[in-house]
Amino acid sequence: MMEKPDGRGVTRRNFLAGAAGAGALATLAPASRALAGQLGSSGVLGLAEIPDGALSEAVMYALPGKVPLIKKTYRPPNFETPVEYFRTPITPNKAFFVRYHLAGIPKPIKAADWSLAVDGDAAGGAAKFTLAQLKKDFKTVELTAVCQCSGNRRGLFEPHVPGVEWGVGAMGNAVWRGVRLKDVLAKVGVKPGALEVVLDGADQAPLAKTPDFVKSLPVDVAMSDDVLIATEMNGQPLPHWNGFPARLIVPGWTGTYWIKQLAHVRVSSTPEKNFWMSTAYRQPRGMFKTPTFTSQLYSPNEPITAMVVNSLITSLRSGQKIPRGKPLEVRGVAWDRGNGIAKVEVSTDSGASWAAANLGKDLGRYSFREFSLSAPTRADGGRVVMARATSKSGETQVETLIHNPAGYHHNVIQRIYVEIV
Amino acid sequence: MRTTTIAAVALLAAGGAFAQESKVMLKDGPGKDKAMQCVACHSLDYIQMNSRFLDKGGWTGSVNKMINAFGAPIPKEDVDAIAAYLAENYGKPAAK
Repeated sequence: MMEKPDGRGVTRRNFLAGAAGAGALATLAPASRALAGQLGSSGVLGLAEIPDGALSEAVMYALPGKVPLIKKTYRPPNFETPVEYFRTPITPNKAFFVRYHLAGIPKPIKAADWSLAVDGDAAGGAAKFTLAQLKKDFKTVELTAVCQCSGNRRGLFEPHVPGVEWGVGAMGNAVWRGVRLKDVLAKVGVKPGALEVVLDGADQAPLAKTPDFVKSLPVDVAMSDDVLIATEMNGQPLPHWNGFPARLIVPGWTGTYWIKQLAHVRVSSTPEKNFWMSTAYRQPRGMFKTPTFTSQLYSPNEPITAMVVNSLITSLRSGQKIPRGKPLEVRGVAWDRGNGIAKVEVSTDSGASWAAANLGKDLGRYSFREFSLSAPTRADGGRVVMARATSKSGETQVETLIHNPAGYHHNVIQRIYVEIV
Repeated sequence: MRTTTIAAVALLAAGGAFAQESKVMLKDGPGKDKAMQCVACHSLDYIQMNSRFLDKGGWTGSVNKMINAFGAPIPKEDVDAIAAYLAENYGKPAAK
């Protein structure tokens, strides 16, 4: 294909002929299906489509205190944020995605009843903190960070892998306010032999034999300045479904470590080897350029840790018709694990040429970063619109999926087909 | 009757917010009664959501994970019937 980088349109026939070489054909069928307007479709965003069964199971449903979200499963509750809510850099609390592993999720907790226990064999002592103590006795810190489920976009894997078949909305960006975990740990003391900090929330398994959802962090990560016990989200108390009254914030790391309804923090001298650390949330060792959880390398795989660089175009839908002469407005958000976004490039010619998008206000290195680019539409025909984010560490999104058994780290570049008419 | 009891208890425990899940229906077919045991720990939409891309081997793996990793009280002798039901009704079409 000799597409000129001056933005000349391509006919649909040319597009189809050329797309095969560019690897875009796979997205065409889902895109046309998506025109039917199926809820929760990822094909409509120029990505591979979630499983048919997941598409047909999706309905909009409002949990108490939430706006209608895309229902993945009722029990435990797994609800996805519709793409419209990513058109602003901060995700509203009422629209923030919901993800629980075990059906025994706690009933709404009264703030006065909540306390946080801190202890462990590598802690200097043991203590309990009430919410009032937490707010009164420690320095308050605020930061903006993306919380993204490890399995966000799992549904887009081809071949599909079992699990919660998320589309693109198992993520959100919020201003979190709370206290540093390291300050709380300092109150009881951390012994030199500390290896991991183990975190447990108030959720419970429906059966005694089901492993409780417990996660651990390397002690150096847990003690970093940015790891918070958050009690506020976007200036409000956390919604029940997002961890009221307090949840852990681990900026840059995937949501699995952001324990909701945090109840117990244990400083440990040994690796935590429960099911959720030793078996679940693992990826083939060395497959991704993410930080290594060195105390958890006792099997051929390794725990998922931090996020890979990614972006989402929120202003366009595949199959959309755009009047000739009106500019093609390409807008969205980009994020990574805290290196920060260096640039987002946009192509409107199937990747033949790229132009740097304008970046929005910098809300911090862990935040969504808005991007926008306005391209002229001079000729009729089909266009494939793409966006590619690059982090300040030089990592960029991939063209083809790095397939892995649990369905993590999908950061394939979108290919949105639009028609200029 | 055992499965019915488990299902009823689970739904009661889940409470009003999840009453919606009673709308989730499994397809009729041989083995459905045994597959209903899944409802003890999670809503049945997990099954529909994970279709149709697993073959019988894949569904067997999922059922065994529920038993071995999550402690689901499903008798070993039911695994094959459940996997066969899931493969037939929620499995990869080519496998049929």
